[in-house]
Amino acid sequence: MIRKLFVLFLLVIVGFFLASVVVSVPFGAEKTIVGRYYLNNTIGETGGVNAVTSIVVLYRGFDTLGEVTVLFLAATGLAAILANTRERRKKHKEKPSLIMRVGTDYLFPAAIVFGSYIFLHGHLTPGGGFPGGVVIASGFLMLFLAQWHYKADELWLKVVESLAGMTYVLIGLIGLWKLGTFLGNFLGKGTPNMLLSAGIIPLIYIVIGIKVGSEMTGLLQNLRETTENE
Amino acid sequence: MSEALRTFFSPQILGPEIFYGSSVGLFLIGLYMILVKKNLVKIVIGLSFIESGVNLFLISLGYVWGKTAPILNKPELMKEPVKYAVDPVPQALVLTAIVIGVAVTAMALSIVIVLHDKYGTLDISKIKELKW
Repeated sequence: MIRKLFVLFLLVIVGFFLASVVVSVPFGAEKTIVGRYYLNNTIGETGGVNAVTSIVVLYRGFDTLGEVTVLFLAATGLAAILANTRERRKKHKEKPSLIMRVGTDYLFPAAIVFGSYIFLHGHLTPGGGFPGGVVIASGFLMLFLAQWHYKADELWLKVVESLAGMTYVLIGLIGLWKLGTFLGNFLGKGTPNMLLSAGIIPLIYIVIGIKVGSEMTGLLQNLRETTENE
Repeated sequence: MSEALRTFFSPQILGPEIFYGSSVGLFLIGLYMILVKKNLVKIVIGLSFIESGVNLFLISLGYVWGKTAPILNKPELMKEPVKYAVDPVPQALVLTAIVIGVAVTAMALSIVIVLHDKYGTLDISKIKELKW
């Protein structure tokens, strides 16, 4: 009880200071010059109509490579942490319902197609490699839920993921070779608002989508295998 | 119907208080969960709450009155993007932050699984080595 009161007191203090900082930031005003620069130059410099995608993949491409690496490290670390708990795995008691099984049969292909659509159109619509990959992984999650015995082949997951990661670096190196900057946009900008435009943005987002999809699937599979040992 | 919904949820009606207030509120709820709750899974959920609060705050920083998403797929948007579109930089940063958040949550959950395996409970007050 005293601990709870103490925590509430702490929350009031933290809330007061947070609120006093937040209130001093004007809402809905133009704030950054760099944002204006990106908006004005995104079509001319990158050919992509989605300014957020252009920033993530081209202006801050190196940062995104680091982000992909962080995700990879998290998946690997999770597998390493859970490696010892995997042996004590037991059978299930309850089978998933008929609705779940039949629904998954229809929804799984739709999830794969929708995920691919999201990462293929990352430079035109909201979305991109990360959400697309997560949608694909959610398709596999449905399979895991509906069919207890289904198991994605871990070797293939690793091969696909590593190939996608290497392709990302390779695209960057081709940019370095052709234009002198790592991840330089060595393909043409194309007509804005078309599917084949914006140079390397669709390529990189396809690679990221495949990588995130296989990584998340592996991650979910690792979590599932260990949570079964009740 | 959708027009009415859009005007209701537009920032002009709800005002800045709802965005800034709810981001601070989410942060505080998450902090409370981390400090008070004893179930490890609830503590991880609290971490996610803090993350959502910070992300919501960053996104609302980028909003500019009466402007739309920074996707320049219409002629008037292409001609004068600054006049019609909001700031894309916070959105790009939040995209990164969400992915890192997923990684952090997955790591935390794996540690929870290992702890449950070792001690047979999720209650941190029963895991004696962690008591404060």
